[in-house]
Amino acid sequence: MRRRDFFRKSVGAGIAAGAALSFGRYNKLLGAPASHAKYDMVALMGGEPAAMFDLGIQELGGMGMFVTKGQKVLVKPNIGWDVVPELAANTNPDLVKRIIEHCFRAGAKDVYVFDHTCDNWINAYRNSGIERAAKAGGAKVVPANTENYYQEIEIPTAVKLKKAKVHELVLTTDVFINVPILKDHNSTRMTACLKNMMGVVWDRGYWHANDLHQCIADYAMFEKKPILNVVDCYNVMVKHGPQGISKEDLVLMKSQILTTDWVAGDTAAARMLNLDPQQIDYIQIAYKMGLGTTNLDSLNIRRIKM
Amino acid sequence: MTSSFLRKFRILFSTIVLICFICVFADFRAVIPEKYVDFLLYLQFVPSALKYINLMTMLAGGFLIVLMLTLLTGRTYCSFLCPLGIGQDYFSRMGERVKRKFGRYGYKKPHTLIRYTLLALTLGTAVFWGLYLVTLLDPYSIFGRFMTYFGKPIILLVNNFLTWVLGKFDVYTLHHVDIRAFNPLSYAVPTVFLLLVGIMSFVKGRLYCNMICPVGTFLGLISKVSIFRVKFKESKCTRCGRCSLRCKSSCIDFLNYNIDVSRCVNCFNCIDVCPEKALSYGFIASGEKVEKPEKAEKTDKGRRKFVAGSLLMFLGISHGAGGQEKKGTVVPAKASSVKEPRTYPVCPPGAGSFEEFTEKCTACSLCINACPNDVLQPAIKQYGISGFMQPVMDYHRGFCAFNCTRCTEICPTNALKPLLLEAKKLTQIGKVVFIKDNCIVKTEKTACGACSESCPTKAVYMVPYEDNLVIPETNQDICIGCGHCEYACPVTPYKAIFVDGNPVHVAATKPEIKETEITTPEEFPF
Repeated sequence: MRRRDFFRKSVGAGIAAGAALSFGRYNKLLGAPASHAKYDMVALMGGEPAAMFDLGIQELGGMGMFVTKGQKVLVKPNIGWDVVPELAANTNPDLVKRIIEHCFRAGAKDVYVFDHTCDNWINAYRNSGIERAAKAGGAKVVPANTENYYQEIEIPTAVKLKKAKVHELVLTTDVFINVPILKDHNSTRMTACLKNMMGVVWDRGYWHANDLHQCIADYAMFEKKPILNVVDCYNVMVKHGPQGISKEDLVLMKSQILTTDWVAGDTAAARMLNLDPQQIDYIQIAYKMGLGTTNLDSLNIRRIKM
Repeated sequence: MTSSFLRKFRILFSTIVLICFICVFADFRAVIPEKYVDFLLYLQFVPSALKYINLMTMLAGGFLIVLMLTLLTGRTYCSFLCPLGIGQDYFSRMGERVKRKFGRYGYKKPHTLIRYTLLALTLGTAVFWGLYLVTLLDPYSIFGRFMTYFGKPIILLVNNFLTWVLGKFDVYTLHHVDIRAFNPLSYAVPTVFLLLVGIMSFVKGRLYCNMICPVGTFLGLISKVSIFRVKFKESKCTRCGRCSLRCKSSCIDFLNYNIDVSRCVNCFNCIDVCPEKALSYGFIASGEKVEKPEKAEKTDKGRRKFVAGSLLMFLGISHGAGGQEKKGTVVPAKASSVKEPRTYPVCPPGAGSFEEFTEKCTACSLCINACPNDVLQPAIKQYGISGFMQPVMDYHRGFCAFNCTRCTEICPTNALKPLLLEAKKLTQIGKVVFIKDNCIVKTEKTACGACSESCPTKAVYMVPYEDNLVIPETNQDICIGCGHCEYACPVTPYKAIFVDGNPVHVAATKPEIKETEITTPEEFPF
């Protein structure tokens, strides 16, 4: 082989390989497991967070319904605040750990955990107990504190949030599991599934400045949606949310909601807080944009008391 | 002792000290416990002396140990403990490598006039006016500023590069940290000093320490009566002059067997280089020759008069000026046309009060470096001229983390007094002010609540507004002035909520705690 030919051929091979690699992501997108879960929603009450998840995911048909062998999984809890687990401003660490364990049991290659925190991220990761729990579960705990971890995406169908910068792991992982904690919220009145997405974007201020409710619903239009939402309603902050100031803000509800429809998840969660979902603007907007249903009666819901 | 052991020991010891200092200033993840930081800073002469004056307790007596060490051994401090001095030795070494000439010092006359004038001015202004010159000339503070302004960005660059490399392998043990510059004006002083100290040490060894540094001059005075010194054994000396050439302080007059002990920093290079072992370090009484008083008596009279005169003149002027300045120190920041009507800057927790703080801080910048939230920034004119480069809370850059007391615990001069976390959570360093006309809820008629969401005490809370909206309202009593609301407010260019500093820090009221009406559910409400 002449040298020139060698170069020509190797360049060609390189392009082919690169193209194959870059198409790989689309293949994965297409191959994302369509949900064949037995129920649209499983609601549990009366157990510990990890035990409720064990039962809930079993009722849905097991983690294998959502995660297949060799996949990369993103588990996104709420780690917004530098607050201890007892004050329930962040997702329950035991729950996060158990979800990670189920992912690995279902054959996940890697599980990642991050949140774009409101408080100092190192303290929030540490004092929420989630960093330790997630690492104990085998997950990689990833920083989200600087802009270079984020990549710009477009949401053409959005009304206000046409563009956003999202954490690279949202784009590079195969499966996305949303694990919010239900809390009162001073402005939007509640936070759960949809609002937890404020922790995967870089510029939250834009949302606040450009019609918060519309932006929350807009982000839900983005193609990378969570395949499963697990709403932690174990210890629920019913006032002074989302940060809370004392344990008097909490009510022990010992509940959990697992759902594939996050609008429905938020609707049910609103009821837990004794709120009328009709009054939560972003839920209504998301419903009108066709992102899910607020009509819980139309869903196949399994309710379990432990 | 005549062996080369002394020099090797000095190099080893001082290198360890320098590395410790670099680590303390490079510790952007707050890994090093405060007690180790305090331990390292305990022996820093100026911070320790200031802390002692502020507290009057032996717990801050590190400078007394340095004084005793100097009385016993001479300026050991300058070679073994001073980070700026040790750093200069490395610079000198580099200078030697670049040009052999730079490493050949030889005996020079002392800069007596300059060094004693500077010492007197520094002391005088400190006593009668304020810490201006101390801030400017304290070697530890200078080193601190070098690390903060120039060292840390380099360390972060390395960190970010490593983070990037590890990220390629899907490893997330390190994290990226944004490198953010301070206000350009605050770089003026550190840059000038970097050039000054850098060039002087590169070319002339310890010239800075023996001409400008007031600590060096002061310890030099004391070491004139020290009992351990470097001395000649005249019988062995062949007058080869190598010792003098190797002396970074240019203080060995080998022709007269004379070592200027006020400039000798105990680097022990001379002992190491002497082929005849004619130089040794030891108890002065066993020596053959004690330093002569020279001809200082004759020549110095005029000089002394001049020094005293200029000092008095300076003190007189400065004292008068100081009296005027006092009223103006609290700068009512901006004109009324500006949307955020700030009256006072916010000084860090533990400062006690504006005036107290600016009188004690030497702008070493350790706190600025250590702040995990980047909220501490060097002041430009917020505190007035005396507070140039001192840390001020900048709530456009960050906010004060509710659960953090790092700055108060590491401050070496006690300008920031240690606060227990529980006390810090109730220390009001400023008060929240809401500007409704800037607020998105009013101007855009959309929901926001970023301020209230961030507030750790709920001094900012939401009340019903038009339609289905809620709008912020404030309770200044329970506000601690952390600035999270101001930081989070998305409005530009002027914020709709800001913290106005308290000239004197006060105690905030504890937030009221009420039980909730919502109870544990028995059945699913859906």
